Amino acid sequence: MSDVALFVPCYIDQFYPQVGLATVDLLERFGIRADFPEAQTCCGQPMANSGCFADAAPLAKKFLDVFSRYRYVVCPSGSCTSMVREHYVNLLPGEPKIAAMRGKVYELCEFLHDVVQAKPRGRFPHRVGLHQSCHGLRELRLASGSERRIAAFDKVRDLLAGLEGIQLVELARQDECCGFGGTFAVSEEPISCAMGKDRIADHERAGAEVIAGADMSCLMHLQGLLRRQHKPLRVMHVAEVLAEATA
Amino acid sequence: MRATHEVHIGSAEGTKGVAQQPIPSPVPTNGASPHQLQHSSHPGVQLHEHPTKAAAFVANDARLHWHDQAVWFLRGKRDRVSSAFPEWEQLRTLGSHIKAHTLSRLAEYLEQFERNALALGARVHWALNAEEHNRIVHSILADHGVTRVVKSKSMLTEECHLNPYLESQGIEVVDTDLGERIVQLRREPPSHIVMPAIHLKKEDIGELFHEKLGAPPGLSDPKALTELARQHLREKFLAAEAGITGVNFAIAETGGFVVCTNEGNADLSTALPPLHIACMGIEKVVPRAKDLGVFLRVLARSATGQPITSYTSHFHGPRPGGELHIVIVDNGRSRILQREEYRRSLHCIRCGACMNTCPVYRRSGGHSYGVTVPGPIGSVLAPHLDPAAHASLPFASTLCGSCSDVCPVKVDLHHQLLMWRGELGRERLVPIEKRLGSAIGGWILARTWAYRFFGKVMRWLLPRLPRALVYNRWNAWGRQRELPEAPAQSFREMYRRRRGN
Repeated sequence: MSDVALFVPCYIDQFYPQVGLATVDLLERFGIRADFPEAQTCCGQPMANSGCFADAAPLAKKFLDVFSRYRYVVCPSGSCTSMVREHYVNLLPGEPKIAAMRGKVYELCEFLHDVVQAKPRGRFPHRVGLHQSCHGLRELRLASGSERRIAAFDKVRDLLAGLEGIQLVELARQDECCGFGGTFAVSEEPISCAMGKDRIADHERAGAEVIAGADMSCLMHLQGLLRRQHKPLRVMHVAEVLAEATA
Repeated sequence: MRATHEVHIGSAEGTKGVAQQPIPSPVPTNGASPHQLQHSSHPGVQLHEHPTKAAAFVANDARLHWHDQAVWFLRGKRDRVSSAFPEWEQLRTLGSHIKAHTLSRLAEYLEQFERNALALGARVHWALNAEEHNRIVHSILADHGVTRVVKSKSMLTEECHLNPYLESQGIEVVDTDLGERIVQLRREPPSHIVMPAIHLKKEDIGELFHEKLGAPPGLSDPKALTELARQHLREKFLAAEAGITGVNFAIAETGGFVVCTNEGNADLSTALPPLHIACMGIEKVVPRAKDLGVFLRVLARSATGQPITSYTSHFHGPRPGGELHIVIVDNGRSRILQREEYRRSLHCIRCGACMNTCPVYRRSGGHSYGVTVPGPIGSVLAPHLDPAAHASLPFASTLCGSCSDVCPVKVDLHHQLLMWRGELGRERLVPIEKRLGSAIGGWILARTWAYRFFGKVMRWLLPRLPRALVYNRWNAWGRQRELPEAPAQSFREMYRRRRGN
């Protein structure tokens, strides 16, 4: 058994298997052969964010049962990671396994940057717009963000910036939300889509060919809008970019 | 255009003013009888209010983008001035700590403020709720035989619906903040706490002034419109027999208070008439005068990117020959104070930065929230007064967290929004489609076999179903978006094969 477990969020498992595989490949490139415990399903965020904490609690419990025996849990989603790290305490008050889990669960880029201290090398000759997914940014603090007045840092950008040929474009609004927001995407559909279109327009104006991000859920929303409008802009998970570049 | 959206930082507090049940209050009720309060008519359960109103706002794409840009412009100004400020984060922490400390002994500081205000010659009144506040203000005015009042911007009086109350008693109330006057003339609530008329274009205001103030038709020059308003308001100032202001900060150690405006209208409202009534929420008190050195530095910078408001007016007792009354209002605040997970929302200094940064507020407009204080802070305050009536507000957010990071006093807004969702869920105040989806999804996802089975069925079905069936009228995702393509194999299937090889 590896001491690293892979947590692949449910929608990635079902709709974006290539992102899961890219995550596996990428970790292997840095010498990490992660386990994929098959009992895993979902972190519970869709239920929790809908206010249905009672429906989310068994999923949180299940997550802790499946993953607590590992040293590290790595997940290619900032949002699911922040659910576990920041919000399980609200779902399962008093649950003793949570404290340890908070120190074990890592978003993929965060894990590569902080734990593995990886410096991915390879070629990715494209103009890339980096979409800062909110929960990675403001819950996990993967970057300093535009609001706070602290020394600037950006872990995801650091991983990408080492690639040869990559051009990271400058956006007018560097970290505005894309409007996905889980069930918000459906319950406030008009606003959600208006936000998504504005985000896409920003990337288009900046001349991006690819929108890359560390959360496939934001990208699923943006991709849905792009495909409906038959736009050439593509979305890629950062794991896919890094796996392709370092292949 | 911006001239009509001039920045007006007035005092402002609270949530929608509806009467509520008696609650334990740290506020002494001298002067106000602690009688059984009447219930106002229940506005009913509103689970879809925000989405419905937001959809109407989004329908006008050009206006949506104009509004988004106008409000984002302020966020940009806030970013620029705060960047040139090395101790910005330190001040946020300090401000947050001062507020937390004050709230930890709020009753003591309020009583200290009262003692010192009395010593300065002011009269102090305590109001448990909006109704009591309105009755107190009216009785002061009635005692002086006042029929004409000018008022500088105060979100508390908006929250308490003071204007309609006084009007029903035959008193003319004129809002003297330009934005407030505009929305007053339109008979609508403010759409932003700092810029009440941010939802209006200069052309809208030209039309309004043509109709109400005799402006020539088609006038839309901001300078000319402002001048017209100025002349109109001068008459009102001169005729007024009393002035009402809000309070931005009340200082416990001195008994004085501060009102911030950009138009000087608080000064005119209080310097001309002999009677001044200042209305404040209980959370407006700060311990020391030097605490202003923290809050005044972040307030205007956060609000509009100004270093400081044009006028920061300090009041210490009545002016010679005049009378000063201070009305201290609870209206649900002490209930928030009792709840640790929400207490920090009382740190709020009403700068409006969370509205300016909120991508949902900017694209749905302040009126879509249906409360006096809109945006993220309004969405965490309003449900305290009536969870059923404001049940859609904690869901009017993507939980992006930008509000919490711009907040100059570190209110953890997006976490409070999530806490509210959980609370509304427990109270079954979440729409049935969400509850049903969550129950079914939760049941499936709690069972690995069911998850795998239904996942497979869905991936098999999706590409085979006729498009019209998948993109049906109830598929909100698919109105403007494609669903992701369903792959033949899930990740776990692919992974197993790979590991097997």
